Amino acid sequence: MEISPSALRALSSILEERTGQRLNEGRQWRVELALRPILKLHDIDSCETLAVRLTEPGSESLRDETVDALLNNETYFFRDTDAFSTLPQIIEAIAAHRENTKKLKIWSAGCSTGQEIYSLAMQFREDRRRWEGWTLDLLGTDISRKAIARGQEAVYSQFEIQRGLPAKHMLQWFEQRGERWHAHDDLRRMVHFRRQNILEAPPPGMFDLILCRNVLLYFPAANRSKALDWMSRVLAPDGALMLGAGETVLGYCDRFEILPGARSLYRLAPPEKHQLAIGA
Amino acid sequence: MKKCLVVDDSKVIRKVACHILETLDFTVAEAEDGSQALEAVQSESPDVVLLDWNMPVMDGMQFLKALGELTLEKRPKVIFCTTENGVEHIREAIDAGADEYIMKPFDRETLQSKLQIVELG
Repeated sequence: MEISPSALRALSSILEERTGQRLNEGRQWRVELALRPILKLHDIDSCETLAVRLTEPGSESLRDETVDALLNNETYFFRDTDAFSTLPQIIEAIAAHRENTKKLKIWSAGCSTGQEIYSLAMQFREDRRRWEGWTLDLLGTDISRKAIARGQEAVYSQFEIQRGLPAKHMLQWFEQRGERWHAHDDLRRMVHFRRQNILEAPPPGMFDLILCRNVLLYFPAANRSKALDWMSRVLAPDGALMLGAGETVLGYCDRFEILPGARSLYRLAPPEKHQLAIGA
Repeated sequence: MKKCLVVDDSKVIRKVACHILETLDFTVAEAEDGSQALEAVQSESPDVVLLDWNMPVMDGMQFLKALGELTLEKRPKVIFCTTENGVEHIREAIDAGADEYIMKPFDRETLQSKLQIVELG
């Protein structure tokens, strides 16, 4: 079923107003598919009718559900093997400067249902002896309440669990109950989640590593700048920011510079290079 | 190009798997059971075997054991791909030397990610 341009515009503007994200052309095809369960649940005959209903008073919760459905929560364990093979070296380099406090604070911004931050937690646990005595603060944030709830629950379907997760990890860190896979409590306890919009004030504290992978691509340029600017304010001076393989800070934020020899990795630029900072 | 041997008694599954593998730049060979697969492993020298569990003549576990007894220049990676979705089966397969495990049904992303895990993606 084709969605009319006017309904698409209306839905896109609701999404942008709530999240700062935009439905680019690549995502339009999946709008009807994403909204199908909502149409069925509320007995609404089309996306056009839904768009009209969302303008009516008292449609707040329907709006929440619609926005949640339009967000792309695509993620999987150990997504991008190159990134996960680079991360241990990056973390080691940062940890070398934290020997006195033995604390590392890591933020997965736009964490969706938690697979990325749990992958990192498993990576830390694989090297348990190395991190003995360390406080590892792993935080996942996302704008979607539903995604955050799923991250906290840490229960994954058969499809989700085997996307990217080696069978050995699956056996080690998850328990099968029927067709669902539940993370062990000691893995769950390593990670905490909170709802947060990356265009607004970041979580408190300074982070040693910020992962914001495959998130910025859904935002228009001005919002990419805004999100990066916020992140630059909570990244430790010797910390690192990792973006998705196809993403960059270049042209959006001059508070970062490329970390030499690494792909999609950035560090804070010296202050004299900050010229275009938003809200500075 | 990497080569994958698809071992499954279901023609439909073989067809689906072969199609996905071709989109991932693999060349493919097929076998209907473990016995045919043992011959194909020697004649085709695949890099990886995508292996069903329940098959006539010789099942996946029997194949895996027999594969271990073959003298090969390079042992292919073995990824089980089966409807045996219980944790006890997964553990048995990994303990027997399988490199990875896919629970059916599966999609392109799952197969691609498992190939990456065994360093062939």
